[in-house]
Amino acid sequence: MTSTAIDKSVRPKPGAPREYHFPHFERRRLDNGIELVVASVTKVPLVTVAILTDAGAACDASGHEGAAQLVAKLLLEGTINSDGAELAERFERLGASIDAQADWDSSSVTMTALSEHLPAAFDLLGEVMRTPAFRIREVERLKGERLAELLQLRAEPRGLADELFSRFLYTPSSRYARPEGGDERSVASIDREQILSFYQARYLPGGATVIVAGDITADRAEELTRRALDGWSGAAPGRVVADDLPARLDRAVHVIAKSDAPQSELRIGHVGIARSHPDFFAVNVMNAVLGGLFNSRINLNLREVHGYTYGAFSGYDWRRQAGPFVVSTAVKSDITDAAAREVLLEVDRIRAEPIAADELSLATSYLDGVFPIRFETTASITAALAVLVVQGLPEDYYDRYRQRVRAVTVEEILKAAQNHLHPQSMQMIVVGDPSAVRAPLDKLGFGPITQYDTLGQPSA
Amino acid sequence: MRIPIETFRLPNGLFVTLSEDHTAPIVAVNLWYHVGSANEPPGRTGFAHLFEHMLFQGSADVDANEHFELVQRAGGTLNGSTWLERTNYFETVPSNQLELALWLEANRMGKLLPAMTQQKLDTQRDVVMNERRWSMDNQPYGTWMEKLPALCFPAEHPFHHSLMGSMDDLKAAGLSDIAQFFATYYTPDNAVLSVAGDFDPAEARRLIETHFGPIPRGKGKPPLPDMSLPPVFGQWKREVVPDDIMLPRLFLAFRSPAFGTKEYYAASVCGAILGVRNGSRLRRRLVRERQVAADASAFTYDLAKGSDLLVVDVTARPGIPAEQLEQEVADEIDVVVRDGIETADVERAVALIQTSFVSAMQQAGERADRISLFATYFGKPEMVNEELGHYEAVTHDRVNEFIRERLDENNRASLLYVPRDAESVELVSAGAEADAQ
Repeated sequence: MTSTAIDKSVRPKPGAPREYHFPHFERRRLDNGIELVVASVTKVPLVTVAILTDAGAACDASGHEGAAQLVAKLLLEGTINSDGAELAERFERLGASIDAQADWDSSSVTMTALSEHLPAAFDLLGEVMRTPAFRIREVERLKGERLAELLQLRAEPRGLADELFSRFLYTPSSRYARPEGGDERSVASIDREQILSFYQARYLPGGATVIVAGDITADRAEELTRRALDGWSGAAPGRVVADDLPARLDRAVHVIAKSDAPQSELRIGHVGIARSHPDFFAVNVMNAVLGGLFNSRINLNLREVHGYTYGAFSGYDWRRQAGPFVVSTAVKSDITDAAAREVLLEVDRIRAEPIAADELSLATSYLDGVFPIRFETTASITAALAVLVVQGLPEDYYDRYRQRVRAVTVEEILKAAQNHLHPQSMQMIVVGDPSAVRAPLDKLGFGPITQYDTLGQPSA
Repeated sequence: MRIPIETFRLPNGLFVTLSEDHTAPIVAVNLWYHVGSANEPPGRTGFAHLFEHMLFQGSADVDANEHFELVQRAGGTLNGSTWLERTNYFETVPSNQLELALWLEANRMGKLLPAMTQQKLDTQRDVVMNERRWSMDNQPYGTWMEKLPALCFPAEHPFHHSLMGSMDDLKAAGLSDIAQFFATYYTPDNAVLSVAGDFDPAEARRLIETHFGPIPRGKGKPPLPDMSLPPVFGQWKREVVPDDIMLPRLFLAFRSPAFGTKEYYAASVCGAILGVRNGSRLRRRLVRERQVAADASAFTYDLAKGSDLLVVDVTARPGIPAEQLEQEVADEIDVVVRDGIETADVERAVALIQTSFVSAMQQAGERADRISLFATYFGKPEMVNEELGHYEAVTHDRVNEFIRERLDENNRASLLYVPRDAESVELVSAGAEADAQ
């Protein structure tokens, strides 16, 4: 607007950058097959421990989706020694914060404690992994809590849009088409026997990794791991591979009716690529330019030029198999079609012509520069090492990350956009007021429109 | 752990704190302006927050949207936030980019107005209205953020009105309001600048003097009215909110001692005993044992002026009606009032608070923000190093004293969300009964 009036020469120049290295880590294999990964960082007297097992949601049996998440959460709901209330009390009296979850590719129990309490907290963590009780009362309660969560989703446009987006994206038989935590029917079908057999089949040290980051040596971490997990045995379970085929190859619009909604939650995208794809770096930088940063094309267009939204972003969900690529935003109902049109124009534009050198340098210098800021805490270092382990990335992945980002070229970005953005097979999901959005979307001509209720059943 | 803090004040009134840590080549710059929604005059609700958006729209030497771009190009993260008592702006950057971050903050503190245009204001007003729809109007229970303070503070009290503002007030805001608000509140003598992380203190001081030194002192700001309130509500205030939701949810608030006071720490420990993590009282009783709640938590607003609020937040399990939810929560609080809590409860709560404090202080941005908070509210940044001591000194007697004084029926405010459909069903059946009579 007034850029000619701005004198850029007054801006400070950066000094010489100080060197930074991702924390050094050591990998060891214990007798019972556990892999131990230790990063010693001594800034504060704190340690984070994560125990990963090959027991992610991708391992759920068909019809019983949600079991992986229930098993992970039930680990913290009681051991043979302590019922759930007592177990929570024992961890928390030590100040240990502990959480358990299963994502698509693994399950993890993650604990952070002050160094002085670590030995006792680590022993408890071992008890949780080795001797969960899975009491029927707790199984039923957690199932009930998941059903409550699903019920809440029916009135929560953001979560509903995310969930139904996956359902319309993947072929119905794909695990990825169903929610990570399961749906009403699948969760209701899970009983204690299934929980127990899932645990016995997948929570095995041969496929487990213990990650320890913080104020501790590798030798001490090994000693505590051995003590805590003594007697846990079993070879690695077989790898389960999720089906990532798309539901359809042509465009379609799915309107989930929420009458009188003041905004439309909009999701536009398609099945993306697996984390292991060789184009990962080019695609990541391409996405930063398209919709990954505040100053990305999509956000500047929708928010700062048009004032359509509080924010609009795009992203790839990186999994072992192809996760979704999605553009997400929430816009005022009466401009839903206009916002969708701008998103599609931006996708077309980044596929049609090379990005400016300036745009490339913004994305790469951001991803490069922000790298040390991502690893300030024991929890974030642990999470980064978990990605390395679960996705099977090379040992020097974090050492070479910045160099790989800086090496991405304008040509590679254009190629990545052309190969990995698929405007012809995009699905559009709108959670909003059909009386406001249907006719304009019809006129937009993106694709056939189907209307659903908040359970995803076709309606009207 | 002890966080090192050095302080000085520039002749124009800017209070500066420096906290060195050379673990990683990262530095955080954090600027607090002592102005929030509490300072808004009637008819201008939402203005402090709208203004925060305008601060990202460029200044004399920075183009529109360039603020974000310059920081991200430097490899930094950034944002701003508005609260009842303050507005803050912060970036964490590689340490060789410290001067850029300081220059950007100084440029918008000293030279914002030449860059303001009607078009920028109109766009940001639209963005904020969309933020309101996104975070409140189209979000289940989203309106609690403005309904709870409105219920808990008297109509004329500065904490009563909505931080996000009403759509009408937002529409009425003009460029002259922007100019006046800026001149009144965005002055060096109404701000605290904290720098934490990897820097040389002498060099940082020189840069701060260079970039912030020339900015003139302000002319003072209008005083806030007397914010003090009686220690208790004096009644059980109730509001029922029909909303487009599936499960009832109760926000039960207690007026409590202002943030930073000795009594505040007992209130904060009480909150952790009631509703922080799985072993907390309400989680154990209502979620695990009684199974009437899907979730339960507790928190304090941390208001430093007049009085604070301790809030218990409980969502019903499917099938539990709103009235029962409220009764179950009240019964649990009554038991706590009757029997008190024990030493073990305090130990659990304080142990969790210790871990989360140390966890948070690993980040340069968190350290800078916490230091700015104590410097802004009390002029005492060193309070950041006294916090844990205050928590560790809390005894079960002190928590029980707080409970006796503050948790009983004459100090409760409940905001009860009920599914709109359920309510209409009830209204219909109540109407039918009335007809029958």
